[in-house]
Amino acid sequence: MESDLSSQDKKDLDKFIKFFALKTVQVIVQARLGEKICTRSSSSPTGADWFNLAIKDIPEVTHEAKKALAGQLPGIGRSMCVEISLKTSEGDSMELETWCLEMNEKCDKDIKVSYTVYNRLSLLLKSLLAITRVTPAYKLSRRQGHDYVILYRIYFGEVQLAGLGEGFQTVRVGVVGTPIGTITLSCAYRTNLAFMSTRQFERTAPIMGIIIDHFVERPFANMGHMHPCNYRTAGEDDGVTFAGVEDSQEVCTTSFSTSPPSQCVFTVSKTHFKSHKAAVMDGHRVPVMGSACSHQLYSSRISYQPPALGATELCYPAVFNAAHPHQLLVPGKEGGVPQMPLQPCHGAQAEHSRVPSCPPVDPTHHNPTTPSSGSEDTETLSRSSEGKSASPSDALETTFTRKVGAFVNKPATQVTMASLELPFAAFAPKAFDLEENDPMVHPPESPATASPLQGSLHSQDSSDSSGQAQDDFVMVDFKPAFSKDDLLPMDLGTFYREFQNPPQLASLSIDVSAQSMAEDLDSLPEKLALYEKNIDEFDAFVDTLQ
Amino acid sequence: MNCRSEVLEVSVEGRQVDEAMLAMLHTILLHRSTGKFHYKKEGTYSIGTVGTQDIDCDFIDFTFVRVSSEELDRAIRKAVGEFKEALGNSGSDGMGQISLEFYQKKKSRWPFSDECIPWEVWSIKVNVVNLANEQERQICREKVGEKLGEKVINIVEVINRHEYLPKMPTQSEVDNVFDTSLKDVQPYLYKITYQITDSLGTSVSTTMRRLIKDTLAL
Repeated sequence: MESDLSSQDKKDLDKFIKFFALKTVQVIVQARLGEKICTRSSSSPTGADWFNLAIKDIPEVTHEAKKALAGQLPGIGRSMCVEISLKTSEGDSMELETWCLEMNEKCDKDIKVSYTVYNRLSLLLKSLLAITRVTPAYKLSRRQGHDYVILYRIYFGEVQLAGLGEGFQTVRVGVVGTPIGTITLSCAYRTNLAFMSTRQFERTAPIMGIIIDHFVERPFANMGHMHPCNYRTAGEDDGVTFAGVEDSQEVCTTSFSTSPPSQCVFTVSKTHFKSHKAAVMDGHRVPVMGSACSHQLYSSRISYQPPALGATELCYPAVFNAAHPHQLLVPGKEGGVPQMPLQPCHGAQAEHSRVPSCPPVDPTHHNPTTPSSGSEDTETLSRSSEGKSASPSDALETTFTRKVGAFVNKPATQVTMASLELPFAAFAPKAFDLEENDPMVHPPESPATASPLQGSLHSQDSSDSSGQAQDDFVMVDFKPAFSKDDLLPMDLGTFYREFQNPPQLASLSIDVSAQSMAEDLDSLPEKLALYEKNIDEFDAFVDTLQ
Repeated sequence: MNCRSEVLEVSVEGRQVDEAMLAMLHTILLHRSTGKFHYKKEGTYSIGTVGTQDIDCDFIDFTFVRVSSEELDRAIRKAVGEFKEALGNSGSDGMGQISLEFYQKKKSRWPFSDECIPWEVWSIKVNVVNLANEQERQICREKVGEKLGEKVINIVEVINRHEYLPKMPTQSEVDNVFDTSLKDVQPYLYKITYQITDSLGTSVSTTMRRLIKDTLAL
């Protein structure tokens, strides 16, 4: 049968199919990156663009695809599949769609390989471009970032559609007949998204009805691995070395955008650092957006470094220090309110000697008693921090209340410390240690407002329990911007805890009330006499009111 | 040959007309455009590269892909703009049809002008609705987005039947098959026309023929 096909044609056809498969994967994965794709037309042929289409090649994707193919080509019974799935920040995952490149036995002998098949493959790629924007997963992928991410997986062999749930739909992108079989490209997509937790998604029967959290920003897609507008030489291996791929389930798009700063609380977990310089880019793919804005937002992400640094090297972030980790009140300012030891900021207590090495604390927030209390509790906290350092990633991953992006499998970056003077000072263009001054990350203290979340996330008990009991918690430190107060230099959490149970009002206390009634009655005649004496004053007052 | 004809119908709100038309026309043109041909000796040619661009619609929950060519986009927008204006002027009912026709030129001897032989015609029927409140508009956004998705799938289905396409021309014939006036891409020769039907359903007598590519030599 294949004798009809010249060897040159056969070689060409194999090459076409191979590169078609690779380009198909690129198109699908790029369509799920979460951002708009734009490539330029070029009238002068470079000879490097397969199928005369400007489709960039992301090296990892190519690598993954080649790995999956392992030198084989899609053929009869050997399909290449790209599975797109969604993974929430809580770790739930769900398959959304599976794109299948299959071949069946129906041959078209008369077709010209080098011309017709090539052009039809090109047409099929264009159709793929169009269809990838139409399936439901596209909208989901455009909104990924905070609550969930989109992942892809390439496999070769039998098509597995079981993970798509019941009632999945299929859309056929197209077919191209070749002398050795007919290539079909199709997509099976899930319609039943009911597994989504209601916390994040509304359950509706039609797939389009999924409402993602409204405050999810358009993420910045990961462009770090995308080729700048250079095209691969056709037929060559990319030869690009890049970070190795550990497992086949790769993060397809990494929208490392921060949650919008206006969102509630920021959680900061253990703040181990080697230095307090923010290593924001550690391990993260930088969104190559190029705008100052993106840098700003990016750098305000908080996360933590793996605790490989030794628990003793804890540097207390000045921001949470916010003057006193331990004292709630500056003595004498509130007069009469007892000083209580503050729940230490979760996970990190500066050895006092380290505090000066942090960015200068706001001088107005100093607490003269901090040193003494610092030393008392340092030990407790170091112990508790050490205890926690054993399994930081697990504990912290599960309790990220801040939507720091769901790629918490590889936590990275660093918390910075700073004390903030000016709200929104960070929004002026600055370098990367912006995070330290970012008011959204570390807003100034606000004794005036109490965040209800503070209470819920912290036990109000003694500092002892805070260490162990809060293994699963991350500290919530809410500091609304523009709410700076020099008079009461304590952080909000401590303030809230302190004043949650105020002492009873004197007039309401029971001892007094028994007598008061009798006294009141007795004093009535005297009071009446007094009022009658002053009746003119009262009348004048009433006149002013009218 | 027989000209194949496809009809697509949509109901949209007034401000969605532009984007809905653009989405469909561009999707069709994406499939019906190639890179620029560069003819070499011995009758061979090489083909330039076509880039693509994702376009988000503002009034519809939809994103479509179009060819990266500003010139082509301008031409299509112009046609759609005229169509929309005509729709607006026709009266409150707002029904009309815009047609994208791919044709081939056939040179005739003098004094006859060249013939334009269509080989594929896409007719998009539009029904403009008026919505009362914001909630309905929001629903309409999503619904029209879904509908356009279905239309894109329909378009792709038709195109993938791989029915008649003009033969690749030689250098002398290329202008009879392709529109070579653009500098970055080369769509097949096309023209866009539209018709407005008034509320009685009859075709308005002035069927405006908007020639994007001038084919009437005489």
